[in-house]
Amino acid sequence: MNELPQQLVNGLLLGSMYGLVAIGYTMVYGIVQLINFAHGEIFMVGGFGALTVYLYVLPDGTSMWVALPLMLLGAIIVSVLTAIGAERFAYRPLRGAPRLAPLITAIGLSLALQQAVWAWYPGGEDSLNFPQIEGGPFEIGSVTIQTGDIFLFVVAPISMAILAYFVMRTRTGRGMQATAQDPDTAKLMGINTDRIIVIAFALGAAFAAVGAVAYGLKYGQVQFRMGFILGLKAFTAAVLGGIGNIYGAMIGGLALGIAETLATAYIADIPGMHQFGSQSWADVWAFVLLILVLLFRPQGLLGERVADRA
Amino acid sequence: MRQRSLIAITAALAAGALTLTACGSRGGDKGSDSDSGGTIVTIGVDAPLTGDLSALGLGIKNSADLAAKTANKQNYVKGVTFKVEALDDQAQPSSGQQNATKFVANKSVLGVVGPLNSSVAESMQKVFDDAKLVQVSPANTNPALSQGVNWQKSKTRPYKSYFRTATTDAIQGPFAAQYMYNEAKKRKVFVIDDKKTYGAGLAATFTEEFKKLGGKVVGTDHINPETKDFSAVATKVKKSGADMVYYGGEYPQAGPLSRQIKAAGAKVPLIGGDGIYSADFIKLAGSGGEGDFATSVGAPVEELPSAKEFIANYEAAGYKEAYEAYGGYSYDSAWAIIEAVKKVVEDNGGKLPDDAREKVTAAMQDVSFDGVTGKVSFDEFGDATNKQLTVYSVQKGAWKPVKSGTYTG
Repeated sequence: MNELPQQLVNGLLLGSMYGLVAIGYTMVYGIVQLINFAHGEIFMVGGFGALTVYLYVLPDGTSMWVALPLMLLGAIIVSVLTAIGAERFAYRPLRGAPRLAPLITAIGLSLALQQAVWAWYPGGEDSLNFPQIEGGPFEIGSVTIQTGDIFLFVVAPISMAILAYFVMRTRTGRGMQATAQDPDTAKLMGINTDRIIVIAFALGAAFAAVGAVAYGLKYGQVQFRMGFILGLKAFTAAVLGGIGNIYGAMIGGLALGIAETLATAYIADIPGMHQFGSQSWADVWAFVLLILVLLFRPQGLLGERVADRA
Repeated sequence: MRQRSLIAITAALAAGALTLTACGSRGGDKGSDSDSGGTIVTIGVDAPLTGDLSALGLGIKNSADLAAKTANKQNYVKGVTFKVEALDDQAQPSSGQQNATKFVANKSVLGVVGPLNSSVAESMQKVFDDAKLVQVSPANTNPALSQGVNWQKSKTRPYKSYFRTATTDAIQGPFAAQYMYNEAKKRKVFVIDDKKTYGAGLAATFTEEFKKLGGKVVGTDHINPETKDFSAVATKVKKSGADMVYYGGEYPQAGPLSRQIKAAGAKVPLIGGDGIYSADFIKLAGSGGEGDFATSVGAPVEELPSAKEFIANYEAAGYKEAYEAYGGYSYDSAWAIIEAVKKVVEDNGGKLPDDAREKVTAAMQDVSFDGVTGKVSFDEFGDATNKQLTVYSVQKGAWKPVKSGTYTG
């Protein structure tokens, strides 16, 4: 059996999830140059939002085909409200402050959100089971795809296409681009930059929420710490792709996911490299890739040169 | 340039955050309530009370608490009231060491039950040994803790204050290998571990015995316990053609791992040690866990006549959490401390001597009583003399014992 197609699919799935979360890092950074370290937790609360809809809003035994869109909606609402709240009460008061102040606020917010879920969500101190779609898996040639993964395969490209359309074609989207290029001039041109910033946070949160539902379906559980490592990986993906560029976030996510998967699968087969090939080394290889890319393209794969700014 | 240095600072902060979240202690519960009269002797409990392994940790805490309450009720040691103080180690060696220091500083602590994790025990042993404070673990299974790092060649006991009521991986791994080879007729194994003291040790002893019996290791991998995506490893398992998977590690990873291996199309059972023997494993593995195996120390508490009273008392005490895999051992660990304190107090004419810690540690070596899990006593390394083990299997969503036995080598 040829392992490669399956491993590529594994990598694509993992990478799509990184990409969905990376969008949030990159959009917020592109517009306010803030690395929103609480974004991983915005992803996490989305997962709990979806679970809440399933457990406490819908009647027991609702078919997943009915429940899933509503759960997605619930996840998006919870994530977006959390992100808007964070922007309004944690970041906006610090907008004029030195860069490190909002960054540290973000880390504090990240811990606070984790602990809030841990302390107040019923059963939140343990992993909670996430409902699964019945049926499957599907075999296509030598590749097995889980039913839950189909969601990710369908939703990730669609939401990317919607985002690209929004940013490139709509008035608000162009306003975002203008604000990213030069906030002061954008303001002079009549763009309400405060509103644009809120929209950037909300959009990023919506994508994280989609990613969180995909995570729940893929791994069958949500947990208060699930956003931490995934958030770091997504941030890495955003840097790899070129932070500030939305296509870069997606491509960086896919590159990172595939790199991790292939490192796990193949490094061990290289003679003399056996001890560096296990899954516990996959992150090391992913970061080697990051360092190599940044050595030759410090702005990331698709990033713009930013030296002339600021 | 400013932006790039910002990213560098961010990366450094992120790394810092990784470490910091690991050590913040959420403060331990004060366990017992009875402080009436006489000398107060505190039994410390160190276990993960929050986080992934909290189900096991809370079972340990409650069972030790039950032992203290029972001793107080029976007035088992005249003039002494036992109190339990539980600290949370979050399964982190650094937190464990801080807790050990706290226990040492509290003069009323004469013995500590715990920890759950072998890696945490490593960080605590020296702190306790320097203070001559006795430690009885209900759950550590790494042989090196009591028999030295070179235990396979020459056994030497590194710390005189360390005892355990659990059996070691030195027999748990081989026991699993014998069961899978002789009874389940499996020949090709894929061995996975999490590189921690416990997991790697278990995987190594399993591998050695399985090869000796004539089985074949068709692949190995080490996973990163921080991640949840094991799809790449699962695909490797399928490709290797293994007819079973051995996992050295704990249930937070073993559950998703088992689920993803089955999802990848490899319909082979996963077997692990006592670290995966938890109801949470079944919850996390979902339908993928059906038919998986785990070995655990001792015989199932539910089946031991000696444990009937423990189970009844545990239920009567109304603890919120189940006693889980180590409940019986934790009760016996705490009771061993109580027995040792009793001996010291009686030898000293009914009062605690000034060097009580040292005397309790010395008395522990000769403790012998009929506990929840059978006869409790310690050999020259501080290991339990009771070497019973049981293989469990997941059937219809619950762990069922399939074979109990005593490992003879």
